[in-house]
Amino acid sequence: MDQKPSNCGLPSLEADSQRTLYPYVTGTSVVALKYKDGILMAADMGGSYGSTLRYKSVERIKPIGKHSLLGASGELSDFQEILRYLDELILYDNMWDDGNSLGPKEVHSYLTRVMYNRRNKFNPLWNSLVLGGVKNGQRYLGTVSMIGVNFEDNHVATGFGNHLARPILREEWHENLSFEDGVRLLEKCMRVLLYRDRSAVNKFQVAKITEEGVTISQPYSLKTSWGFSAFKNPTLGAEGSW
Amino acid sequence: MSTQMVEVPPKGGFSFDLCRRNAMLAKKSEGAKAPSFRKTGTTIVGLIFQDGVILGADTRATEGPIVADKNCEKIHYIAPNIYCCGAGTAADTEAVTDMVSSQLQLHRYHTSRESRVVTALTLLKRHLFNYQGYVQAALVLGGVDVTGPHLHTIYPHGSTDTLPFATMGSGSLAAMSVFEDKFKEGLTREEGIKLVTEAICAGIFNDLGSGSNVDVCVITKGDKEYLRNHLMPNPRTYVSEKGYTFPKKTEVLLTKITPLKETEEIPEARDDMEE
Repeated sequence: MDQKPSNCGLPSLEADSQRTLYPYVTGTSVVALKYKDGILMAADMGGSYGSTLRYKSVERIKPIGKHSLLGASGELSDFQEILRYLDELILYDNMWDDGNSLGPKEVHSYLTRVMYNRRNKFNPLWNSLVLGGVKNGQRYLGTVSMIGVNFEDNHVATGFGNHLARPILREEWHENLSFEDGVRLLEKCMRVLLYRDRSAVNKFQVAKITEEGVTISQPYSLKTSWGFSAFKNPTLGAEGSW
Repeated sequence: MSTQMVEVPPKGGFSFDLCRRNAMLAKKSEGAKAPSFRKTGTTIVGLIFQDGVILGADTRATEGPIVADKNCEKIHYIAPNIYCCGAGTAADTEAVTDMVSSQLQLHRYHTSRESRVVTALTLLKRHLFNYQGYVQAALVLGGVDVTGPHLHTIYPHGSTDTLPFATMGSGSLAAMSVFEDKFKEGLTREEGIKLVTEAICAGIFNDLGSGSNVDVCVITKGDKEYLRNHLMPNPRTYVSEKGYTFPKKTEVLLTKITPLKETEEIPEARDDMEE
C-alpha cells in the first residue's frame, strides 16, 4: 500500500531554497589560546569553493567592539551575516553611551543564542565560531558551533584543528605563556594543519587581543620542510606502492 | 540444448549473494541492523630510526561504545624480522596477519632465506584488493631485511604507502600531529621509542576509540624487541590506599579430594613402525 511521504513538519520543496542546506564557500580551522596578557588566535586566509581554492585573501578573524575577537570557519557568507548582526549589536550598545561596553562573555552568549535558535528553525548559520577577548583583566575564550554547542576553555579549535591541534595544545599549553611562546605554539599547530588538512593554505594571520586592544598581523607564511631522504625515492624497494 | 542451470561449484572468495538482501533489510526496517563487528578503534604508529623500525600501538578493542578488551595485542608477528600493527575489524587483522605469516614461513622453508618486507607487503595488498575492501584491515607493516629497514601502510582496499613515519586508526590524526611536529631522520633508539610512546599517548588521551596501555616493538638488523605494555598510563586506582579487601571468608576445617574417574594403568605403547 503506497503512503504519501511524510513531510516531518519541514518546509516544503520551494521553501528549501530559503534555508541553508550545505555550505558553498568555506574556511578551514581556527585555533586560539589564552596567554599571559590575553588571547592569541590564528587562522589561514583561504576560502575554498568545494575542492577549489577560490579565495586566498579572506580575513577570517575580525575585531568585535573594544574587547573581543571573532574567528570563524565554515560558510563565509554566514560569517559576514554574523558580522552584520554583531555590528548592529555593538552599535546599539554604543548608543546607550553609558560608559559600559559589551565584553567577550556577553558577545559569546549572544552568538550562542543566535546559532541555537537558527538551528532550531532548521536554517543554521553554517559556522564554527571562536570568540576571545579581555575585559577588566579577565581573559575569556569560547567557541560556538553551528548547532549551538558552546563552551569555554583555555584553548579551542574548530574543524580539523580539533583533531590535529588540540592534542598538541593539551600537551604543551600552560598558564602564563609569553607572547613569543604563544605564537610559537600556534605556529606549531598551524604547521601540522598545513601538512595534513587539504583545505589549508600557507598564508596566515595571527591576531592578539589584550586589555590595550586588538592587533591583527599582516599575512605571512610558514616554513615547511619536505627534505626527508625517504621522500626522494620512496618506492625504491617496493614497486607498485606509492 | 537443456535450459537447466548448471550447478557451478562455489569458487573461493567472498560471496556477494546476501548483500542485496542485507541492504534491503537495513533500509526497510530501521531496527534490523547488521550485527556490529568488534573493532580495534585504534592508534597505531610506525617510524624508521637510524638502526631500523619502531612500531607502536594502543591496547583497546571496542564493540561499538563498549570496551571489549582493555589490553589486547595489536602488534602481530609476521616473521622474526617483520611485525605488523593492525587497525579495523579485529578478526580481519588477526586472520590476515596470521595467514601471511604462515605463507611467509613456508616461503622461508622453500627459499631458505630471511623474509623480506616487500613480500609481506605484496601478499597482504593482493589479498585485501581481492576482497575489494570487505576485509577491513588497515595495517602498519614494518621490518628490517637484507635490503634495509622498511615501513609501509596498507589500506583496506589494498593500496599501500611507503613512508618514513606513519599512523593509522581512529587516533591517527592525534598521533600524526605529534609526528609532524617532532619527527626527524636519524633518531636514536631512545628518542624513537620516546616519540612513538608520545604519539600513542596522544591517541590514547585524545581519541575515544583508543586507550589503556602502549605496546612498542623495536626491530633492528638481526634483532627484535617486543615491549609489551611498555607504558601503562591508565592504572586502576582505588579510592582508599589499601585497595580492596574482601570480607573474611568461611573457615576451612577439612579438605578431602575424591577423583571422579578411576585412573587406569596404560600399558606401554608398542612402536608398530619398528621393524
